Amino acid sequence: MTTPFYVSPQQAMADRADYARKGIARGRSVVVLTYADGILFVAENPSRALHKMSEIYDRIAFAAVGKYNEFENLRIGGVRYADIRGYSYARHDVTARGLANVYAQTLGTIFSSGGEKPYEVELIVAEVGSTPADDQIYRLTYDGSIADERHYVAMGGNADQITEQLKRAHREGLPLDEALRVAVDVLARDGSGEKRQVTAAQLEVAVLDRTRSQQRKFKRVAGSQLARLLGEAAPAGGSGESGADEAEATDAAESTDATDTTETGGSTGSGGGNGGSGSGGSASNGSSADE
Amino acid sequence: MEANTRGTGRLPAAFLTPGSSSFTEFLDAYQPELLPSRRSVPTSPVTVEAPHGTTIVAATFPGGVVMAGDRRATMGNLIAQRDIEKVFPADEYSCVGIAGTAGIAVEMVRLFQVELEHYEKIEGATMSLEGKANRLSQMIRGNLGMAMQGLAVVPVYAGYDLDAGTGRIYSYDITGGRSDEQGFTSVGSGSLFARGALKKLYRDDLSADDAVTVCVQALYDAADDDSATGGPDLSRKIYPIVTVVTDEGLTRWTDEQVGAVVQTIVGERLIRPNGPNAPLN
Repeated sequence: MTTPFYVSPQQAMADRADYARKGIARGRSVVVLTYADGILFVAENPSRALHKMSEIYDRIAFAAVGKYNEFENLRIGGVRYADIRGYSYARHDVTARGLANVYAQTLGTIFSSGGEKPYEVELIVAEVGSTPADDQIYRLTYDGSIADERHYVAMGGNADQITEQLKRAHREGLPLDEALRVAVDVLARDGSGEKRQVTAAQLEVAVLDRTRSQQRKFKRVAGSQLARLLGEAAPAGGSGESGADEAEATDAAESTDATDTTETGGSTGSGGGNGGSGSGGSASNGSSADE
Repeated sequence: MEANTRGTGRLPAAFLTPGSSSFTEFLDAYQPELLPSRRSVPTSPVTVEAPHGTTIVAATFPGGVVMAGDRRATMGNLIAQRDIEKVFPADEYSCVGIAGTAGIAVEMVRLFQVELEHYEKIEGATMSLEGKANRLSQMIRGNLGMAMQGLAVVPVYAGYDLDAGTGRIYSYDITGGRSDEQGFTSVGSGSLFARGALKKLYRDDLSADDAVTVCVQALYDAADDDSATGGPDLSRKIYPIVTVVTDEGLTRWTDEQVGAVVQTIVGERLIRPNGPNAPLN
């Protein structure tokens, strides 16, 4: 006969948050920042086919860290949401805010429902506006909290450190090559502050470029164009230092709350809202997994 | 839990179900009422006049393909619209022109555009030109019931085949039958006359600009003999829609560019009303 244990709701949520956060912290970081002509996405990702960032709609893109199958699922859901909305209304009616809300509700419901395991993902939904002031970047965490970010955001492994560095290095209106160098520079510094060599072959780069003449503003930057922007001679083979430091960033992400963000929980209804700061606090007693 | 996911504001379960990368198939499962092929078919032939689009021509040239369409929509003996657009970009490397019931055709094109873009985003790769042509086939087949009651849509599809490195043209019949056209094709009420002109003017070694001239000449000949095809309207500056697809993608010619071609052709026709003479042998 088994004895039913009582687990307090706080403890249950803290455990779930802990579980999700550990999953996310295992991955490499993604950096999203604004530049003069739009929004730049940079991630360390040696794969050419399994993308961390993708197009959702004309002006909207998506970036994610965490468990691939989970965020891929969310990405496909987002594309379906955007396309069905654009088809039955108009292309103009698909907005990042609407999409971010739907993601927040989805992640929030999954996080708080007992039946499903929480998603180990963090997402960014970004929309490029017609002027830099209209650019929007939303960051969503595993528990459905949503934050409206300005200018730059990092997520994944050592997001806090990277955000700190970005705060120092980022300026408004950077040209693309400088913004890319800032992003690669912060990604290349690992937990101890040492700088690694990151080549074009290890990077996944994409932009939402408002100056693009096409309706669809999303564009991947790869191959010779990326090498040129990075100031490399040619697209290098990049086989030197790939796998060794894959797991070292795990302990850096204890509190993934971004510092200078404005919570917009009000518009998301009941699902998310207080998740960000609440679970961050309760995770400090993460050692109390007593049964 | 799954059954009630529409009300909570989260993504409905259908959205997160892995499956097809086809937008139409997803709509069919999730919101079939949005699909044109799911409309109930009228039981008797439609006798009211719905606006009809008329003539589209397309011709290949080394390195690409041109498609052009006149601007008239007719409703019986009336001109329903004199500046309708019947040639649309389907994606970055292909375009589609439509003849037949305009309302249904425009909706079909919209769905086709989303279908191609959706596949591209989900799969992270573009569909082959042949695949795209087949998707269009299936959409026309879905409209067969409507077509039998008199609301037919007959498109022509042209694009640059990135694998083969050539421009290609596909024409369709109302049952969705597809044929790969060599060189040129025309569709719509004025297509017989346009085809005659294309036959005499088309060469294998046309430049892009010459191919545009050939297409506009053919449209002029169609408008000459078919009352449902609109000729270039110089007073209102309404000219045929011309799109050119090459390995650099699709470009739609501006009214100024097409206007210049039209002015030349009209000027020549003042001297020789039947257009240029083809050599006898």
